[in-house]
Amino acid sequence: MSGMKTDLKLIDENGKRIDGRGFDELRPIKIEAGVLERADGSAYIEWGGNKIIAAVYGPREVYPKHMQDPSKAVLRARYNMAAFSVDERKKPGPDRRSIELSMVISNALSSVVFLEQFPRTAIDVFIEVLQADAGTRIAGLTAASVALADAGIPMKDLIVGCAAGKVENTIVLDLNKEEDNFGQADLPVAIIPRTKDVVLFQMDGDMTQEEIDKAMDMAINAAMKIYDLQKDALKRKYFSIVQEDEQ
Amino acid sequence: MEKIREIVLPGEEIILGENKPGNGIFIENGKAYVEYLGVKSIKSGYVNIIPLSGKYQPQKGDKVIGKVVDILSSNWVVDINAPYLAPLHVNDTPWKVDFGDTSKYLNIGDTILAKVMSVNEVKQVWLTLKEPGLRKLQGGHIITVSPTKVPRIIGKDGSMIKILKDMTNSKIYVGQNGIIWVEGTTESILQVVGAIRLIEREAHIIGLTDRVKEYLSKPKKGE
Repeated sequence: MSGMKTDLKLIDENGKRIDGRGFDELRPIKIEAGVLERADGSAYIEWGGNKIIAAVYGPREVYPKHMQDPSKAVLRARYNMAAFSVDERKKPGPDRRSIELSMVISNALSSVVFLEQFPRTAIDVFIEVLQADAGTRIAGLTAASVALADAGIPMKDLIVGCAAGKVENTIVLDLNKEEDNFGQADLPVAIIPRTKDVVLFQMDGDMTQEEIDKAMDMAINAAMKIYDLQKDALKRKYFSIVQEDEQ
Repeated sequence: MEKIREIVLPGEEIILGENKPGNGIFIENGKAYVEYLGVKSIKSGYVNIIPLSGKYQPQKGDKVIGKVVDILSSNWVVDINAPYLAPLHVNDTPWKVDFGDTSKYLNIGDTILAKVMSVNEVKQVWLTLKEPGLRKLQGGHIITVSPTKVPRIIGKDGSMIKILKDMTNSKIYVGQNGIIWVEGTTESILQVVGAIRLIEREAHIIGLTDRVKEYLSKPKKGE
């Protein structure tokens, strides 16, 4: 949605952004693991104005049966925006955008989960966006990987991401809604923190090679900070359970 | 008192030292990493990760409680709360079942206490009833808990489950898959359910056994 005309001044004379952040500052992030009782694993993330819940079910039997793979599990992520998540009511149900995001998130998560340990099963990941404020795919993916770990699913590493973009010819980190709508480009990146392998990379808008390199570096550096928040969320939930073993 | 055990997360590097990698550890480029969320434990030269969450993974020899969900001419299909449904063949039961007569012995919805006979490489599970004690469970009440909480409910050498049985005068079977079967009077079943929920909720607070005892000796509501 970038590139729309506006009278808004996205970056002021002091180099501050519309919400008072510097160029390389993240919005406040809060992650909580294990928020849903019925799901096998779950997580809740608040990332600026984004409020997203992720739930994991499985490994479980695959329905419809023809989707099952005799050699490995299928990981199916569903990204869904609530009707009330945006200013104007979003028509419920999957649309072009959410089908694509479901696909890229499924692919990203599949690259870290040891799918071959659960042949003939499905691992279902549901990402529900309750409130959207730009960067929901990355926030959803970050929450989904915490939910997968919470569900005890074997994986190579967590996945963490962050977006960067270009606003008024400046590379900035973690775009908010105004910057996303009226800025020049948006670049969501997700990585495997241990190896720095890129598992999700998309771009909306135009950037030069140098700008992309700079934005990538910024996003990856920020992602490593978010990785600490993910680990902290999981350790917080499980700390009490570990104490029981000391009795 | 055991020393505090470390919580580990997927992707965390493990320094093996002189130990060998056990469960829940994978090797990449010569380094060892954690596979799933759990606690680290070093036992007889192996580093293992004990899971803190997750679905029940059937293991050979586990006693499980399952529900019959389908009947075939020489098999029953049993839901044991695992990622896969488990078949029970007529030859693995103590009964002499004629071909096609399977529904005379077990019907859809029946609950059985069975043992996992085998699990193969592709995780196919077979159950058996051919062992003393294994049978169809009639009557009673079913409670489902997380499989990771089962050791808590059984207690050290079965101490916790013994308290539950003795103090409520009920029959209890705990399946390794987190399904618990209770039989007794309505009051005793309610007491056991309450006590199990207490164990689930407060397993990490010291003095659990005493609190369970206190809970069970308290007069019930309406008395």
